[in-house]
Amino acid sequence: MAAHLKKRVYEEFTKVVQPQEEIATKKLRLTKPSKSAALHIDLCKATSPADALQYLLQFARKPVEAESVEGVVRILLEHYYKENDPSVRLKIASLLGLLSKTAGFSPDCIMDDAINILQNEKSHQVLAQLLDTLLAIGTKLPENQAIQMRLVDVACKHLTDTSHGVRNKCLQLLGNLGSLEKSVTKDAEGLAARDVQKIIGDYFSDQDPRVRTAAIKAMLQLHERGLKLHQTIYNQACKLLSDDYEQVRSAAVQLIWVVSQLYPESIVPIPSSNEEIRLVDDAFGKICHMVSDGSWVVRVQAAKLLGSMEQVSSHFLEQTLDKKLMSDLRRKRTAHERAKELYSSGEFSSGRKWGDDAPKEEVDTGAVNLIESGACGAFVHGLEDEMYEVRIAAVEALCMLAQSSPSFAEKCLDFLVDMFNDEIEEVRLQSIHTMRKISNNITLREDQLDTVLAVLEDSSRDIREALHELLCCTNVSTKEGIHLALVELLKNLTKYPTDRDSIWKCLKFLGSRHPTLVLPLVPELLSTHPFFDTAEPDMDDPAYIAVLVLIFNAAKTCPTMPALFSDHTFRHYAYLRDSLSHLVPALRLPGRKLVSSAVSPSIIPQEDPSQQFLQQSLERVYSLQHLDPQGAQELLEFTIRDLQRLGELQSELAGVADFSATYLRCQLLLIKALQEKLWNVAAPLYLKQSDLASAAAKQIMEETYKMEFMYSGVENKQVVIIHHMRLQAKALQLIVTARTTRGLDPLFGMCEKFLQEVDFFQSFVDKLLDLMPRLMTSKPAEVVKILQTMLRQSAFLHLPLPEQIHKASATIIEPAGESDNPLRFTSGLVVALDVDATLEHVQDPQNTVKVQVLYPDGQAQMIHPKPADFRNPGPGRHRLITQVYLSHTAWTEACQVEVRLLLAYNSSARIPKCPWMEGGEMSPQVETSIEGTIPFSKPVKVYIMPKPARR
Amino acid sequence: MPEIRVTPLGAGQDVGRSCILVSIAGKNVMLDCGMHMGFNDDRRFPDFSYITQNGRLTDFLDCVIISHFHLDHCGALPYFSEMVGYDGPIYMTHPTQAICPILLEDYRKIAVDKKGEANFFTSQMIKDCMKKVVAVHLHQTVQVDDELEIKAYYAGHVLGAAMFQIKVGSESVVYTGDYNMTPDRHLGAAWIDKCRPNLLITESTYATTIRDSKRCRERDFLKKVHETVERGGKVLIPVFALGRAQELCILLETFWERMNLKVPIYFSTGLTEKANHYYKLFIPWTNQKIRKTFVQRNMFEFKHIKAFDRAFADNPGPMVVFATPGMLHAGQSLQIFRKWAGNEKNMVIMPGYCVQGTVGHKILSGQRKLEMEGRQLEVKMQVEYMSFSAHADAKGIMQLVGQAEPESVLLVHGEAKKMEFLKQKIEQELRVNCYMPANGETVTLPTSPSIPVGISLGLLKREMAQGLLPEAKKPRLLHGTLIMKDSNFRLVSSEQALKELGLAEHQLRFTCRVHLHDTRKEQETALRVYSHLKSVLKDHCVQHLPDGSVTVESVLLQAAAPSEDPGTKVLLVSWTYQDEELGSFLTSLLKKGLPQAPS
Repeated sequence: MAAHLKKRVYEEFTKVVQPQEEIATKKLRLTKPSKSAALHIDLCKATSPADALQYLLQFARKPVEAESVEGVVRILLEHYYKENDPSVRLKIASLLGLLSKTAGFSPDCIMDDAINILQNEKSHQVLAQLLDTLLAIGTKLPENQAIQMRLVDVACKHLTDTSHGVRNKCLQLLGNLGSLEKSVTKDAEGLAARDVQKIIGDYFSDQDPRVRTAAIKAMLQLHERGLKLHQTIYNQACKLLSDDYEQVRSAAVQLIWVVSQLYPESIVPIPSSNEEIRLVDDAFGKICHMVSDGSWVVRVQAAKLLGSMEQVSSHFLEQTLDKKLMSDLRRKRTAHERAKELYSSGEFSSGRKWGDDAPKEEVDTGAVNLIESGACGAFVHGLEDEMYEVRIAAVEALCMLAQSSPSFAEKCLDFLVDMFNDEIEEVRLQSIHTMRKISNNITLREDQLDTVLAVLEDSSRDIREALHELLCCTNVSTKEGIHLALVELLKNLTKYPTDRDSIWKCLKFLGSRHPTLVLPLVPELLSTHPFFDTAEPDMDDPAYIAVLVLIFNAAKTCPTMPALFSDHTFRHYAYLRDSLSHLVPALRLPGRKLVSSAVSPSIIPQEDPSQQFLQQSLERVYSLQHLDPQGAQELLEFTIRDLQRLGELQSELAGVADFSATYLRCQLLLIKALQEKLWNVAAPLYLKQSDLASAAAKQIMEETYKMEFMYSGVENKQVVIIHHMRLQAKALQLIVTARTTRGLDPLFGMCEKFLQEVDFFQSFVDKLLDLMPRLMTSKPAEVVKILQTMLRQSAFLHLPLPEQIHKASATIIEPAGESDNPLRFTSGLVVALDVDATLEHVQDPQNTVKVQVLYPDGQAQMIHPKPADFRNPGPGRHRLITQVYLSHTAWTEACQVEVRLLLAYNSSARIPKCPWMEGGEMSPQVETSIEGTIPFSKPVKVYIMPKPARR
Repeated sequence: MPEIRVTPLGAGQDVGRSCILVSIAGKNVMLDCGMHMGFNDDRRFPDFSYITQNGRLTDFLDCVIISHFHLDHCGALPYFSEMVGYDGPIYMTHPTQAICPILLEDYRKIAVDKKGEANFFTSQMIKDCMKKVVAVHLHQTVQVDDELEIKAYYAGHVLGAAMFQIKVGSESVVYTGDYNMTPDRHLGAAWIDKCRPNLLITESTYATTIRDSKRCRERDFLKKVHETVERGGKVLIPVFALGRAQELCILLETFWERMNLKVPIYFSTGLTEKANHYYKLFIPWTNQKIRKTFVQRNMFEFKHIKAFDRAFADNPGPMVVFATPGMLHAGQSLQIFRKWAGNEKNMVIMPGYCVQGTVGHKILSGQRKLEMEGRQLEVKMQVEYMSFSAHADAKGIMQLVGQAEPESVLLVHGEAKKMEFLKQKIEQELRVNCYMPANGETVTLPTSPSIPVGISLGLLKREMAQGLLPEAKKPRLLHGTLIMKDSNFRLVSSEQALKELGLAEHQLRFTCRVHLHDTRKEQETALRVYSHLKSVLKDHCVQHLPDGSVTVESVLLQAAAPSEDPGTKVLLVSWTYQDEELGSFLTSLLKKGLPQAPS
């Protein structure tokens, strides 16, 4: 997704800045021999079809420039007419399709030819491929109505073909190109286009399942393109639900869903009765029925779609959780109902007796429906499914429906709680997450809480942490519930001490959510006694801290609670408030100074002024150009200092402040570099003194990379300006090198590279673009001269601030780096170091975050964590839990290695690739390469000791 | 009239000794060959003399199919094949073939060694019987002979349980055996494709039950076990060696793993070790989870479950023990029960049904004081009941019927009263005929087998070219000649048929005179006819020939004036046999007369 967005970003600003003449100038540089000629020679040389096929395959591996596409197409067509072998014709046809996708080539000129050869083609496979080519052409020219009409005509004509492949492609073509608006095409022309829906609909009953699927897909395609499907399709689609083939059923389910979203309120009759119901309810019932389909692919599809049918009536929705139980024709209550009853009757035991679940009243045999057409028990079935894919889809759907309907959320709770015991961890995790998402709507009963808490003993860390997150936002109804939760969490703490932080955090929220429920528990929890002083608990005991965290957070909104504290509790409060300030809130304690309370309310009103301050200080900088260099430097320095301080004080504005400060620092460096004497001195005289300028250039480059990749929420506008800055730095670098190196050869290469860069992102100042033709033709020395004047004239660009900007940051939780005991291992062998870190505001951490290990001898090692090591506990937050393998030759004594996290970037990843390359086989490597890295966490020192191996 | 005949020898309106005879298109197949647990006399085995009084069974039966290894489905097999005498093939799946002899041997031991029965099958007979077995894979089509083929589908229930499709030509029967439509901890759910058999023979054990989600049961079970061992108590779970025992083992094993528990779990040895070995081998027959994880670890290689030794029962501290047999009526489970019954911290969990008279039944019905070997035993330990059963419930049965889409359904393996209800439901809701014969009662189903006819490609293409759009699943009229030769049928074009049979073609023409009241000349009449037909028959090619006649496709119309009456014209209509449809339509059209000319 991120890659896609980047691509979009680039595409958009290409459109804005790139003038059309550039392509023309670029042509001059083209010196390679013509592609088409080479291909022609190759094809003529080919003696057998196999040979020709080989040549074509080779040819297809290399990209073709937009200018030479037409020539190549002509050659290919020429050979097509001559060729007798269908396989070669097939390859040519597919090449035509690929070529017509080339950016910058308008394929309307080859359409006539393509249609022509289509008419004379006999082989079904080649026909299908040709239709595919036409599809490629048609999608390339979305504006051209006439061509689309023509293609649709062609497709209609070939629909009667005997081969399923050809019919498939025809339907695909209709789906992609069938005209949307009747009004646009009128009269005779409109005839073919008018009933694209009907034409496609006719093929719902084709004899070949593949064609039926293609027809449904084409219909869905029409919908995606914005055509409003007719309601009549609904009945046709319903018939397809009982098709013999799973792919047809799967597509039909989708179609029904689409129609139900289009016409939710229209009324459809129920067959075999006189009643009528809303279409969305009917569709819901039908899709529910598909949850018990024979094929799991269909089941997954159906379960997924159920989640997004929010308009369905609550009556139908609640049926999905109801499966009327019976035993020997007598109505039986579900275990859930029994549990609820037991709970409400005050007794807490179940199933001690054999007959406990004995059926109650007799069921009227006539009234029992074994296969309901309605939604009965769809989720009960889905959650019990054999395939975990179905179960996960069902849990997700439950989540979505429960979010939109509180009453449903209440009902589905029992089922979700049951899923906590699924045999597959992924499902368990998913259901815990789901529960967290709907927890605002629900309150847990004690017996449900009991089941939930039982999972705390799970050996999987992910499950436990997810459960802690869940408990953070759960509502508990009774004080026993709170007590139970606390007891279980403490049990968890003793069993898995590593969960400490997570448990504390969980108790913090639990306390602040239920102050009134905690209040009656306080004496018991603190083990205070009305008459006797009890022993002071150990302050370092994590369990005791956990209890205190719960109580203090509850006390924040419950002013009567501190009265119950004993003396040492107050002392402990003061200690914890200092040492664990993120967990312990400021309390209004009797007889104590409210040190922190003065600070906390002041934050809120100050927010606006600080925002203002930020704006003002940035505005001040705009007047930079009018100042003399000295003044400008000073102004920048002050502003940077202000911004940095502001970032430290106001965590909400830290991202913006840092971002702007970095930008200003770049500007400052640039100004300083331009102040240098080197500009006035003749080039040959100036050799070694360029330190400042080249260092500045280097630093600006680094900073710009940081700006581009370390902040999330950066928009195109900013990216352009960042690139602008970087280009300036590159220009500076070029000039400095030009002045310090002798001889033209290295310079020539650099110039060329620089021009490529300019060409590359076309975002340098407009003036530079005007000068482009001159730059292209001129010699390196001249380029340098032009650049020199340009750079000195270049104005400071105002950086617009984005709405939301956050600096990526990382904290390594483990290793803590405090240990004095070195990690001993035999040299040459490997030791595993557990790394646990939280990442904030990192986009796509799986690809960008790396771990670096720096050995004392300066050796650095970069480790790529596995994608599975990253967890996503919340929006914008990631957690990296991985193992880093260290190894080294023997040392004489223990030494520290540094572990830090790096953010890898690759600026070329933003460049859109041509479609030709995407079709080819070699594209993926481009993206994985790393251009550079930015350290973004504090390094942690780990004490290690590789011992020499004992023999 | 071809027909399918079904006669249950056992399991007709009853549970136990499943044995169903099916005659389909002249082939006789026996489905299952089980024993009845309720009887100890001759009634425990099906009455094989029903099949044939004298003469060998092999001559009457084409094959025997065993659906799974439970004794009520395979218990009579050695008796049937060795003592009654049957030498034909016996089909079963690989796991069934592996586990079946273990259970038969166990059954024999109990009957002969413990109860001292004479005239029972011997170990050698079991071995000989197993030699006649042909093992089949899932979804493998096995050709029993030229016409009869069988195919196995996954049925859940126990390891290796299968549903079988028996097919002769276009007629087919599906026998489900026992099956389970909801997956459990070690097996998946039954599945069948839309094979549309003529008859589906399905079990109906839970015909009147709709079951609760199994998750609650599992959770309850685990919670109870966990609570007891945390209190330091001992848990006894009496089980039968195969089937449920493995499910419960996996359940506990994974729970122990998840919760990091260290309390020992024991399994009393015996049959189990051998059987567990087979469970380890037949991973493809298990559920998704086990199949997916077995690369890392085979779930049946239990880490926490160890073999039980008699001495362990007296060990202090908590433990969980699985012991046989399941109803606490004898053996190890009863011994352990006696040791532990006195302590209220302990618990016994009965995972299944208990027959009346057994200790299991007594304690489940709440009895606290037991008389055992002349001594009074007070039961202080907690007694729990958990139902783990692997049969499809009413909804599951309906679901399977819906999946297979049979023409009719036949219920076996269930109680008559319950079947009645399900039968009514199936007929009402699925609109499918349903039968429930008692033992020895025969159900006859007439079938209308479809007869495949080969069509020549040329003819097919020609007909395809004529039609506008190929409409799937709709009958189409086609002209051709049916040739029947050596019991196969071919449809060819008439020219080809003539050529093949060496016959000369005869032209058959129908001629019909239509009298028209028209005073004008023949030519004009012809012209009027022409324009009339032209306007009516838009899709056909109507031509007016220079000689004054009119043709519609190949139908010829000529107007003539009979000498006697100038007021009427006779229209001669002549068509070939092939154009019969069009010709008769034209005559009837013309008989109605021509419309009055506008002039």
